[in-house]
Amino acid sequence: MDSPEIVQGIKARFPGSVSVSEPYPEEVCLEVDSGAFKDICLTLHKKLRSPVMMLFAVDERECLKRFTIHAVFINAKKGQWFTVTTAVPRETPSFNALATAIHSAALFEREIREMFGIEPAGNPDIRRLNLHNEVWPEGNYPLRKDFTAVEAGNSAPEYKFDRVEGEGIFEVPVGPVHAGIIGPGHFRFSVAGEPIINLETRLGFTHRGVEKLFEGMPYADASGLAERVSGDSSFAHSLACVRAFEKIFGVSVPARATYLRSIFLELERMYNHINDIGGMAVDVGFSFPAAYASIVKEAILQLNEKLTGNRYLKTTVVTGGIRHDINEIKTKILLGCLDGIRHDFDEAVKILTSSISFMDRVDTTGVLRRKTAEDLGVLGLAGRASGIALDLRSYDTGPYKKAKFKMAVEQSGDVLARLNLRIAEFRESCRLIGFFIDDLPQAKECYTTAAPKAGSGIGYTEGWRGPVLYWIKTDAKGAIERCKVVDPSFHNWQGLSYAVLGNIIPDFPLCNKSFDLSYSGNDL
Amino acid sequence: MLYIFKSRLLKGVVTRQIEPGLRGEVEAAGFQLRALITEKFGRSLHIREVDTGSCGACESEIIAANNPIYDIQRFGINFVASPRHADALLVTGPVSKNMLCALKKTYDAMPEPKFVITAGDCALDGGAFKNSYYVEGAVSKVLPVVLHIPGCPPSPLTIIQTLLAFFESGRPH
Repeated sequence: MDSPEIVQGIKARFPGSVSVSEPYPEEVCLEVDSGAFKDICLTLHKKLRSPVMMLFAVDERECLKRFTIHAVFINAKKGQWFTVTTAVPRETPSFNALATAIHSAALFEREIREMFGIEPAGNPDIRRLNLHNEVWPEGNYPLRKDFTAVEAGNSAPEYKFDRVEGEGIFEVPVGPVHAGIIGPGHFRFSVAGEPIINLETRLGFTHRGVEKLFEGMPYADASGLAERVSGDSSFAHSLACVRAFEKIFGVSVPARATYLRSIFLELERMYNHINDIGGMAVDVGFSFPAAYASIVKEAILQLNEKLTGNRYLKTTVVTGGIRHDINEIKTKILLGCLDGIRHDFDEAVKILTSSISFMDRVDTTGVLRRKTAEDLGVLGLAGRASGIALDLRSYDTGPYKKAKFKMAVEQSGDVLARLNLRIAEFRESCRLIGFFIDDLPQAKECYTTAAPKAGSGIGYTEGWRGPVLYWIKTDAKGAIERCKVVDPSFHNWQGLSYAVLGNIIPDFPLCNKSFDLSYSGNDL
Repeated sequence: MLYIFKSRLLKGVVTRQIEPGLRGEVEAAGFQLRALITEKFGRSLHIREVDTGSCGACESEIIAANNPIYDIQRFGINFVASPRHADALLVTGPVSKNMLCALKKTYDAMPEPKFVITAGDCALDGGAFKNSYYVEGAVSKVLPVVLHIPGCPPSPLTIIQTLLAFFESGRPH
């Protein structure tokens, strides 16, 4: 269904309670009465078949004497964003919970409650996510504008894990400190014999208050913090962040810069995909291809350093363009390295896929069904492995469109599907980079200056895990008033909890690695 | 199986394949480090890593130091799965409030003698997150840190060279 048609339908059904604006060609904003908020969100959810992509609050008590709630949906056919906004009174901050009708809103509502003290009325689960009960006293809401620092203390009730009870059922607690060199998180398995019958993931251990740190930050500094939200997606995060500013300021990025950005985005995707392919080999104890994969990863990291001076592509992107041009010498280095990388990659994949015992471990392990994935709002690579065909690169009107980007989708939703998808995407990335280099527009400048102004908008990019979304509101000087960050990990951690059900605990690391979600991107 | 052997022979020893300049630096630092570790710790130094809220880039670089290119294990440094097996604790991240308790418990679980190393700018003073309501900032406010490895994130070569400089200076006592 087309966007104008949907908007007309909503206007007809809720006369007088909706006002529509289109601040940008790809964004439709609906300001709605609080009474109609839930029904309109549900209509969009059903018509667009879109999960809640973002749901967040903004504290506007100072100027407008209210909080606002924003729910963001995507029209997957057109790549168009729908933002539904409603006001929440400051005296009795509460809104009708979406979670009872749309499951993908559940975690967002818990977040809004702990960060703003706005009650999602009707949400059956209001436990805190990031501000752990053990260290954070109740009644302190850090994302309110009038928040002042508090001493840590324990005045909140104990966090209650979901409990499975019955004969022979026992719990296995794991974390937050794990055996590997990896981020912290707590996993509570309930098992009956070998199979897992429930997994509850408690995260938030790497919560650093990123969204609060963004507030008041000048736009030129923001990408530096965005790079540190999730270290393995630093380019995708900084790109999504600056794209939000470019949208608000009305900056048109030089064509050469959009090509260079796409090259770096694909390099980031490649080193992470091969890292995960190696990680899956490690988790079944197959060390030879894992070592091979880490050689490929190191080769890409060293290539990144040669091109930009940073192994993780930090400080590469700026609002209005890109800092590091790729000249002729660098082009030669890039193409030369790419040949070697492709050869080693094929070799590693061949060793892996020709091992029957490896394939037996990954086939039909950790299945995430399409229906479950849709309900949970699983996105990006994990979603595509379960048949949800959504890749933000396919809406690009620049380099990706010209390169005829082909989205890879798998249907089975198991570890093998996620492995195959990574292999396919790695090869596609190699092809894309080759095309981008051939087609690189000639231009002296790969950077334009930006004139800051007040506004708000969504910046997005398809990182290697999935859509990285930044909703930013700026003041007249271009400083950030509110920044909401959604890393695909936030949606996808729930998917992992369902994928492992019925599998045995020894297969958990394998399932986990096949998703490879970010702790810090989720916890912010 | 045969294919693996063939591939193994064709690929050769990859630690020799990195760029000549880099290889020289890695090995020059590494083999001195090897000698010092043999002298100080008998045979090898065992490190337990704890992430207290880092973005994951430091972890990625520590893992890279273990890859076949740098192969920090050949210089006598092993990363272990439990604090019970460790001589040293390597801490990354700005110590989020949620990790404070786990960090202290990990340290307490280590047998004496033990020492603490930090890696990455966050662990030094909170880095990009130092003004946050939810971080403690410097790891040294919580544990007795004897060495800091700088960088955001520190590269594998920096990790090797900083460790070498530290042992060369005669520490830890």
